[in-house]
Amino acid sequence: MNEIGLTHILVISTSLFFIGVYGFLTRRNMITMLMAVELILNSVNINFVAFNKFLYPDKLDGVFFIIFNIAIAAAEAAVAIAIIINLYRSHKSIDISDADEMKY
Amino acid sequence: MIEPLYIALIPLIPIISFLIIALIGRRYFPTWCGFLGTLSLFTSFILSAAVAYRYFFEIGKVEGVYQKIIALKYAWLQFTPDLSIDMGLLLDPISVMMIVIVTFISLMVHVYSLGYMKGDARISTYFSFLSLFTFSMLGLVLASNIFMMYIFWELVGVSSFLLIGYYYDKPSAVAASKKAFIVTRFADLGFLIGILVLSYYTGSLDFGIIIERSTDPAFSGSLAAVSFMGLSALTWGVLLVFIGGAGKSAMFPLHIWLPDAMEGPTPVSALIHAATMVVAGVYIVARLFPVFSLACPGSLDVVAYVGIFSSLFAAIIACTQTDIKRVLAYSTISQIGFMMFALGVSGYGGEQGLGYMGSMFHLFTHSIFKALLFLGAGSVIHYVHSNEMKDMGGLRKLMPITHLTFLLACLAIAGIPPFAGFFSKEEILLAAWNSNKLVYYLAIITATLTAFYMFRLYFSIFWNKTFSPKQLEGHVNGETHKLHEAPGTMLFPLIILGLLSVVAGFVPFGKFVSSDGLALSNELHLSFSVVPVLLAIVGIIMAFSFYQKENAAPKKLATGLKGFYTSAYHKFYIDEVYLFITHKLVFNLIGRPAAWIDKNVVDGSMNGIAALTGSISSLIKGLQSGKLQDYTLYFFSGLIGFVLLIIYLWT
Repeated sequence: MNEIGLTHILVISTSLFFIGVYGFLTRRNMITMLMAVELILNSVNINFVAFNKFLYPDKLDGVFFIIFNIAIAAAEAAVAIAIIINLYRSHKSIDISDADEMKY
Repeated sequence: MIEPLYIALIPLIPIISFLIIALIGRRYFPTWCGFLGTLSLFTSFILSAAVAYRYFFEIGKVEGVYQKIIALKYAWLQFTPDLSIDMGLLLDPISVMMIVIVTFISLMVHVYSLGYMKGDARISTYFSFLSLFTFSMLGLVLASNIFMMYIFWELVGVSSFLLIGYYYDKPSAVAASKKAFIVTRFADLGFLIGILVLSYYTGSLDFGIIIERSTDPAFSGSLAAVSFMGLSALTWGVLLVFIGGAGKSAMFPLHIWLPDAMEGPTPVSALIHAATMVVAGVYIVARLFPVFSLACPGSLDVVAYVGIFSSLFAAIIACTQTDIKRVLAYSTISQIGFMMFALGVSGYGGEQGLGYMGSMFHLFTHSIFKALLFLGAGSVIHYVHSNEMKDMGGLRKLMPITHLTFLLACLAIAGIPPFAGFFSKEEILLAAWNSNKLVYYLAIITATLTAFYMFRLYFSIFWNKTFSPKQLEGHVNGETHKLHEAPGTMLFPLIILGLLSVVAGFVPFGKFVSSDGLALSNELHLSFSVVPVLLAIVGIIMAFSFYQKENAAPKKLATGLKGFYTSAYHKFYIDEVYLFITHKLVFNLIGRPAAWIDKNVVDGSMNGIAALTGSISSLIKGLQSGKLQDYTLYFFSGLIGFVLLIIYLWT
């Protein structure tokens, strides 16, 4: 195992993904949850790069896709933070468990 | 050809006037609605008189036979190429005769109502209903298709219901209208099934085709093969149609609604419950007469016996009633019974068809003198403010014109020559004598009773005791009530109808209306007429001796026949039998179990389903917590589940 192969990278991205999921499910602070979502997103980005390099080394599609992803992630972060600020204004809290009006 | 537009206008003018009065007139010009209705009816009457003249004297006859003319035909609902419900206008002698009668009597009643209903708060509603009724009745008689007739049949039922319940703040009127509606609806169920049977076996709804196919030996041979409980399908069909007719014409045992229907305004009783609507039953039998007579002869016996029984039965009851309108109602049942059994004893074609002609003739004359009787009674009620005989008496000097016309009508209905009823009744009796002696003897008893009860009514109203105005003032709560003969609008129809009941009998009716369209002479056999006329005179003399002066004789006779008298007074307890059947038997044995099943089984299963759904949802509603992270958890676990499933299936 001298060389770093596809498997190694996939293990990293999977761990990153589940760390993100774990964070999303357990944190009560919405900002932290947003960070967890970024982790999930970035694990996907790693996958893109890895598959691009190992399967189609002569193409750049995967890499370009990541550029899009990062842009989208930025936009998403902006929207999410706007939502969080609005929630804070109405609830005086950014704890996710306080925003549970939409139930039965 | 007669211009179809003119014929179509005869029923259309009343419906237009109904719409105008009901939609606009009621709000904007309520006092003029009566005149509008009368004017429209007048136009209709002129048109139908013109059509009748054209039909009878110019174009109806082809080689001595009156044709059936389809003036207008429009396929309204086409089911199959052969079977359709048409809106058509059929002209034949009886329908032409009927449109003249209906528009004429309706016109008279409209004119009369202008006076009689004056000052009533809902007078515009009243006239709109009258127009609706006239439209429906004209549609009924002109229908060329049995289903179209059924539609109008129901429409006259509705208008009759509306008019009986016109005084809707009176509980008895409401009860009477419901009773009339339910009883006739019940009979109409028979009619509808009859229509379905007839149209199924003959493959058409058109009157002409039904008659043609069912009387065609080649065709009816195959029909006779289809039998149910010993009678051919066709016989069942016409008997069911007859049940519908019997319900509308108040034949025993479906007569119970007619006396109660007298709760409506008196002109309505004259129009609907004496002259026109109640003869619809006779009309449908006459319309399908070839089917009754040629294809299923047994059914005519049923018609005859139901007719004669109702006739006698109602005549006996009429002798004991004290409400003058009820006496007239039972007399109507009795006279319609006459028309029915006349059809029943008749044969088809030629001299055999005497009963048919007599029946239609009696329908014609009866509608004139019975409308007159009702309108006269209305005039008396208008004067006395009571329906009870005991509140009347000695009115002959006070209301001379009403008295005179009422007398003419009584003579006409009693069958005294030369008044109208004599001629038609003689034809009927002659037809009965020729074919069925039993029916003849019963009929002659009924005719005697008719003379007796009509003159009982006449003497009780106009003679008997002297009328004291004091007696009257008690009835109008002491307010000073100026005594006056009815206004001119009420007297005019009385005079016209009075004149007609003298002369209508001289119409050579057989020339125009007969079972097969050929002219039939209605000559009188004078020797034959002696017995009925003598008996009628005996009836009148009896009534004279009992009721001309107040005396104890009627009471003595009543106590002499005690049991019979009380049961006749209580209308032979038919109403009670119906109440027993409906309340005790139907309600308890069918209604209550059905209600129980509805409440417990049907509603119970629905409630059970709802309760089950409710309890399940309250069990699982905790899942929808509103917490974002719970939802995410469900999402991921679902995703993992799917992934595992796919992996499991893939490998």
